[in-house]
Amino acid sequence: MTAPRRVGFFTDTSICIGCKACEVACKEWNEVPDDGLHFLASSYDNTGALGANTWRHVAFVEQPTGANAGGGVRWLMSSDVCKHCTRAACLDVCPTGSLFRTEFGSVVVQSDVCNGCGYCVSACPFGVIDKREEDGRAWKCTLCYDRLKGGMQPACAAACPTGSIQFGPLDDLRTRAGARCDDLHRAGVADARLYLHDAGDGIEGAGAFFLLLDEPEVYGLPPDPVVTTRDLPAMWRAAAAAALALAGGIAAAFARRR
Amino acid sequence: MSGYYGRPVLKAPAWRWPIPAYFFTGGLAASSSTLAYAARRTGRHRLARTALATSSAAVAASAAFLIEDLGRPARFLNMLRVAKVTSPMSVGTWLLTAFGAATTAATVSDLTGRLPSLGRGAEPVAAVLGPTIATYTAVLVADTAVPAWHDAYRELPFVFAASAAASGGAAATLLAPWAESASARTLAGAGAAAELAATAVMERRLGPTTGSPYHHGRAAALGRAAKALTATGAALVATGDRPALARTGAAAILGGALLTRFSVFEAGVSSAAGGATQG
Repeated sequence: MTAPRRVGFFTDTSICIGCKACEVACKEWNEVPDDGLHFLASSYDNTGALGANTWRHVAFVEQPTGANAGGGVRWLMSSDVCKHCTRAACLDVCPTGSLFRTEFGSVVVQSDVCNGCGYCVSACPFGVIDKREEDGRAWKCTLCYDRLKGGMQPACAAACPTGSIQFGPLDDLRTRAGARCDDLHRAGVADARLYLHDAGDGIEGAGAFFLLLDEPEVYGLPPDPVVTTRDLPAMWRAAAAAALALAGGIAAAFARRR
Repeated sequence: MSGYYGRPVLKAPAWRWPIPAYFFTGGLAASSSTLAYAARRTGRHRLARTALATSSAAVAASAAFLIEDLGRPARFLNMLRVAKVTSPMSVGTWLLTAFGAATTAATVSDLTGRLPSLGRGAEPVAAVLGPTIATYTAVLVADTAVPAWHDAYRELPFVFAASAAASGGAAATLLAPWAESASARTLAGAGAAAELAATAVMERRLGPTTGSPYHHGRAAALGRAAKALTATGAALVATGDRPALARTGAAAILGGALLTRFSVFEAGVSSAAGGATQG
């Protein structure tokens, strides 16, 4: 039996209507606890951010258009999710092997192994994974690992009514995304851009990438994410040099007098 | 307001106070074990005994801090189901397990007189592993997406190594017989001076943007207190033949080393909260 092809998400935010069906479907299927009913008073988005109890998050950006305050408002909606990075820092730093890469190329936490050390939380350049205070373990999107094993698509993609969340083999999605972006440019949407589409970026491409209509920062996304472990060999070298200096310093202190 | 309604891109670190506390006790345990072996080899056996006992007590405290900070403390042994060089925490767990066993065996043997050959064999093992315990913790925080930690990866191991040297020398100055602790005082003073120098280099290399958490808020206040204590302590241990002054200085150096770790920790917490534009 051959390994399954790597799969992922292409989220085309240009056709997202902000219905949050993906958030609801994710919570229902994965039995994710509620994250409290908060009124954030910043926009129609009252979820705020991805977290231990929010594995899909629909951002709702309100932008004034036109130079003066009398102009209209543009709404940008975007369903964010774990990026399932090709080089995933959370997976690299996990000291228990709880985080692992599945046969589908996704990155998943094994909750029966995680001991809540919290390292993955600070390693993620997107602020996706977080520790659930009530049970002390780290949680995030699994790309519906159980559904993939059963030959189904993830719950969020199944629930999306506009096709904004597209699921499939990653190389197919990349081709489709490129064509969609070209179409939008031809239609005059000059701001359309692909985010995390390039396998040559700092995380060597993502398993979940996006078509955005503004700078990534506007959606709360880092413009140029880099996997922290890229610099790890240099870090180990610096630590080894410092360790030698420490040993040498102690030896020198004792060599001075007898 | 920048970004998405001013929300930080990164999550706040899940780590709490036991982590910087461990950085201090781990550094103290580390340099004390190497100091003990140097003392042994130069015939200062009472100094060696004191430093070994310090190392064992500090390594026991380290284990307690690390387990306390886990979300599921009962699962701490899950750390030992894998060994991963890509995870500084995994590397550190194995180093600390080996180091803790060696320094504890050496201490118990030294204090009880039992199994002397095992004890004497464990001492150089602990002495060699010690410096790695003092510096891997810098890699631990640097190997994150937090700019004030990550971008300091070249200098942070030297800050931690110097701080550990200062701690080990200071603890021995406080606890060991005066007649045998001259080298410990030298180490405490030199370590303190190196800690101040390495910290200054780190803060300058980070620059005004990434380094700003070190210059504002709680991290800056802790850093200022750390520098004042470390500098005062270094001056006092250099006073020569005045035990009371030198020991006061040693206590100040230990306080400075502790606050240095908390300053670095708080800088990362602040950096994660404000790093909205950093990738």
